[in-house]
Amino acid sequence: MSVKLPIYMDNHATTPVDPRVVDAMLPYFTEKFGNAASRNHSFGWAGEEAVETARQQIASLINATPKEIIFTSGATESDNLMIKGIAEMFREKGNHIITQAIEHKAVLDTCKRLEKDGFEVTYLPVQKDGRVNLDELKAAIRPTTILITIMYANNEIGVINPIPEIGKIAKEHGIFFASDGVQAVGKIPVDVQKDNIDLLAISGHKIYGPKGVGALYVRRRNPRVQLSAIIDGGGHERGMRSGTLNVTGIVGLGKACELCQQEMAAESVRLAGLRDRLRKGLEGKLDEVFINGSTEHRLPNNLNMSFAYVEGESLLMGINDIAVSSGSACTSATLEPSYVLKALGVGEDLAHTSIRFGLGRFNTQEEVDYVIDKMVQVVTKLRELSPLYEMAKEGIDISKMKWQTA
Amino acid sequence: MAYSEKVVEHYNNPRNVGSLPKEDPNVGTGLVGAPECGDVMKLQMKINPDTQVIEEAKFKTFGCGSAIASSSLATEWVKGKTVEEALSIKNTDIVRELALPPVKIHCSVLAEDAIKAAIGDWKKKHGIEVPVAEKAAH
Ligand SMILES: Cc1ncc(COP(=O)(O)O)c(C=O)c1O
Ligand code: FES
Repeated sequence: MSVKLPIYMDNHATTPVDPRVVDAMLPYFTEKFGNAASRNHSFGWAGEEAVETARQQIASLINATPKEIIFTSGATESDNLMIKGIAEMFREKGNHIITQAIEHKAVLDTCKRLEKDGFEVTYLPVQKDGRVNLDELKAAIRPTTILITIMYANNEIGVINPIPEIGKIAKEHGIFFASDGVQAVGKIPVDVQKDNIDLLAISGHKIYGPKGVGALYVRRRNPRVQLSAIIDGGGHERGMRSGTLNVTGIVGLGKACELCQQEMAAESVRLAGLRDRLRKGLEGKLDEVFINGSTEHRLPNNLNMSFAYVEGESLLMGINDIAVSSGSACTSATLEPSYVLKALGVGEDLAHTSIRFGLGRFNTQEEVDYVIDKMVQVVTKLRELSPLYEMAKEGIDISKMKWQTA
Repeated sequence: MAYSEKVVEHYNNPRNVGSLPKEDPNVGTGLVGAPECGDVMKLQMKINPDTQVIEEAKFKTFGCGSAIASSSLATEWVKGKTVEEALSIKNTDIVRELALPPVKIHCSVLAEDAIKAAIGDWKKKHGIEVPVAEKAAH
């Protein structure tokens, strides 16, 4: 059987919109175009009703109540709102925030901005497996700590943090716990009650919904979380996020969450099966390949692997009918290798050779088999071209080499 | 990033991949690394000591597609040239030939450095002074 090319296996970057989501959205572009804030005609009511249904669908997926869901333009905004919103609201109480080294830039850069604004931020290192160390977290807590913000699962290595334990620690200390749930929600069970999460960022386009729409869960009971808005205007979303609601997008996000809830159990097993097939196929046919991050605490759809002695960008070039991404320096505008892999203690040499495979709902076993064959073929070819591979085979320790650098 | 046709062509059909015996007195080896991105290029040339003509050139490169193409092109260009002619190859010539974008200029610098390093190694084996100025201008 032949597969259709190119193959998309970069589902941590974005996902295609599920056709069932598209179907749900379509009427809201045309006949049901009303402004959800229009209170005095049926167009507005239809919009409002659709938004409330979506709120219910999202809340249900994470075991929250509909009133705890705020709509945003995406997870970047949700991350900004949850961190800046708490910081501003509770600045009298304290000025210290705890986060960790391998957060998404939407969190890291938000924290950096707050530092300029007088806040103090602790960036916890991560363990070799990519997870936060709980003892280090406890040790970082100060009387002035107002917020702990730690992602549920990482977007590069798919490693899942000990979220229930972090939630418990935060609760015991009376500190708010915010989590970037972008890669986890819809892929693995996320329960804001069990996990003691106070704020949770969600994105539509990572869960087969549309781009440009996201949500923020804001706890209303036990404790009730108050937040300063970062956008001023008409006071929508109970004053937390002004702006006319993106009804069409919100309908899509809601439907996407509903589908995830219905299909997650089966889908995660299927994807983990494909992922393990990919891993075993590559490990079986290539030497010197290494998995980055924990294999135990990991999203079912993620494989991040380093192919020693083969530079990532040239590898991507060879597999140009497969869409994946690399932590290599050469693929980035700054020529810096992935900060995530660096924080794990992966050496620059191996960070350079890393490939992230992100499996998704529409990938098939045939595609996985194609990817294995192609990867093996290209890695083998590039190793023949690699001076480092040759030296390694000759027993020269590359890390001890002295370069004739110019 | 989209690659130029020439980069893709060299990547798909790299010329002169391989190694020459390092110990051969007529073989010069250049092994250079790019501090910008950590990539590594090895260029070897077999040089006739009487005519100073480069009779053979081989490379191996750990680096991006542009680095592979730059080194492949470098081996093609130096073959048949004299040492002096090869030393006059500039990274900007490579940039032009391969239509490299600004972020990939250092990949061509790596190739120029590799040529100079290989010839320098050969000269050293033959007791010829290597002037310091023979380094790529960055
Ligand atoms: C972990 C994580 N957080 C935040 C974001 C940003 O989400 P959005 O694209 O919805 O702004 C992403 C996506 O790139 C992500 O992977
Ligand atoms: S050699 Fe690394 S970017 Fe080209």
